[in-house]
Amino acid sequence: MSELQLKSQRFRREREEDWRRLEKLVDKAEKRSAGALSDADILAMPVLYRSTLSALSVARATSLDQALIEYLESLAARAYFFVYGSRSTPLERLTAFFAHDWPLGVRSMWRETLIALAVTLLGAGVAWGLIASDPDWFYGFVNPGLAGERDPTASAAALRATLYHQEGSEGLSFFATMLFTHNASVALTAFALGFALGVPTIIILLMNGAMLGAMLHVFFSKGVGFEFGGWLLIHGVTELFAIVLAGAAGLRIGWAVAFPGDRSRLVSVSDAGRGAGAAMMGVVIMLMLAGLLEGFGRQLISSDLLRYAIAAGTAVIWGAYFYAPRPARMAR
Amino acid sequence: MTAAELSAEARKRRRSLITPEGIDLRLEIASVGQRLGALTIDLLIIIGVIIGFTVFSMVVLGAMGRTSGEMVAVIWLLGLFLLRNGYFLAFEMSARAATPGKRAMGLRVAARDGGRLRFEAIFTRNVLRELELFLPLSAMLAIPLSGGGGDVDGWIYVLGLVWCAVFVFLPLFNADKLRAGDLVAGTWVLRAPRQKLLRDMADDNAAHQPNLVFTPAQLDAYGIKELQVLEQVLRTRDKPTVRAVADRIAAKIDFARGDVTDLEFLRAYYHAIRGRLESRLLMGRRRKDKFDLS
Repeated sequence: MSELQLKSQRFRREREEDWRRLEKLVDKAEKRSAGALSDADILAMPVLYRSTLSALSVARATSLDQALIEYLESLAARAYFFVYGSRSTPLERLTAFFAHDWPLGVRSMWRETLIALAVTLLGAGVAWGLIASDPDWFYGFVNPGLAGERDPTASAAALRATLYHQEGSEGLSFFATMLFTHNASVALTAFALGFALGVPTIIILLMNGAMLGAMLHVFFSKGVGFEFGGWLLIHGVTELFAIVLAGAAGLRIGWAVAFPGDRSRLVSVSDAGRGAGAAMMGVVIMLMLAGLLEGFGRQLISSDLLRYAIAAGTAVIWGAYFYAPRPARMAR
Repeated sequence: MTAAELSAEARKRRRSLITPEGIDLRLEIASVGQRLGALTIDLLIIIGVIIGFTVFSMVVLGAMGRTSGEMVAVIWLLGLFLLRNGYFLAFEMSARAATPGKRAMGLRVAARDGGRLRFEAIFTRNVLRELELFLPLSAMLAIPLSGGGGDVDGWIYVLGLVWCAVFVFLPLFNADKLRAGDLVAGTWVLRAPRQKLLRDMADDNAAHQPNLVFTPAQLDAYGIKELQVLEQVLRTRDKPTVRAVADRIAAKIDFARGDVTDLEFLRAYYHAIRGRLESRLLMGRRRKDKFDLS
């Protein structure tokens, strides 16, 4: 019997146990999570992985057992993704995201942020100018359903009333949630559309700016501009900043697609995607906070000065968080 | 014929990934069909959960009355948002790096540079799904339903569809089957199915039989490709096939079988020819098939 055995058969018989052990570990890690592995498993994994990898290269060179080679290829690939994949816990990733990735992503697109801001202001300026010449333009920029009774025909008193209406806390959490999901979808779309060379992103930013300009004109022309500022900025600092950042992230992707420079388009796009992706996750968080401020803060706080104070506070916090100098990051 | 075509197709989708240990893992890119299948499964799951969740919310709303209505509505709205945006994220974050649909098709997401799959990458590739999937879908549904009138609307609608189609059909037009999200995130989707270790067919030839000895000339009749076909025949053990193959081989190598059964003959021949080809492999000669006379 033993002299009848092929070398490849003996090879397989001797190593098989290790492979099965590795397979079991990978199964366990994939079915549950990396946390399901004991310390001994974690230590054994790379050793088993390397021995399987070397068995694969031996098998490719010496064995004609097709089933064996296919098995080893699939096992080695699965173990590779685990051994060289990310094994950090969700908490570690979360910390790294808040401490480094998010501010870094935002800071790295300061140029695009300025452009997105300029485009928004341009939209606002144009809308203001057009409405000043002919109030009917207002309906071209603002969705009537969204405006409610805040249109050019309203009286100053009516406008003022819309800024302070107290409806109690009833209905507020639903309102906040709705605002958040709506704004987040808009921001995510603005980002995704950046891939189409950034043109639709610019259009979304312009439209957003135009709506802002139209509302500003209505309130300022009736002399309730100061109050409107407080009403808008308490959450608007966070929300407008988030939308500008989403636009900036979209522009960055669009720019990388259109003008890759020395690198290949593929490399250029995926590089841009990395920073912009981190910034976009941050944008969703910012919009969640803005939704809370809008739904609760604005409806419960009706003092103009307090509203302005909160607006200034959020501006300082975001500015410091993103752009304040900080110690150089340790290499990972 | 079809088998050869299939393997050529598979070879076209094969990508080499060299591990830091210097070994090529020879990964396979998922085909568009497999990915479409995975997506369909995922969408069906999402739609099913949405329906279930909505019905559940209504039942709760009915049971608890109007006082708690707002809370239920908030949870419902947030739940839908999470489902639409979080389903793919959460599953692709896991160790398997695959949604249930991808798991069913044996696929997984991986970073194109072979490094670790970063969270930002998963986030980005799924945000772009908005552009590739949800936006065209809602455009296709919304515009005809809104009943837009004039010719201009019609043209804009067509242009919009063409515009969307560029992104939707992107995976068909590149070799790596990347969709826009993969492009931006630096990822690709690979086939990495779980594979069982099948029996070694050489183990079946347990007893050495004196009437089943082959001469070197008889063993040189075939190469590696034929050996692997024979392995497959032995594995499936379909009676008529075994008989046909045994007859064919016996005729080709001019072997008098006597009272040996077909299966025994094939097992012995498989064992012998594998031994011969493997020992030549050790000498650095890989005989591809029977036409390879090197």
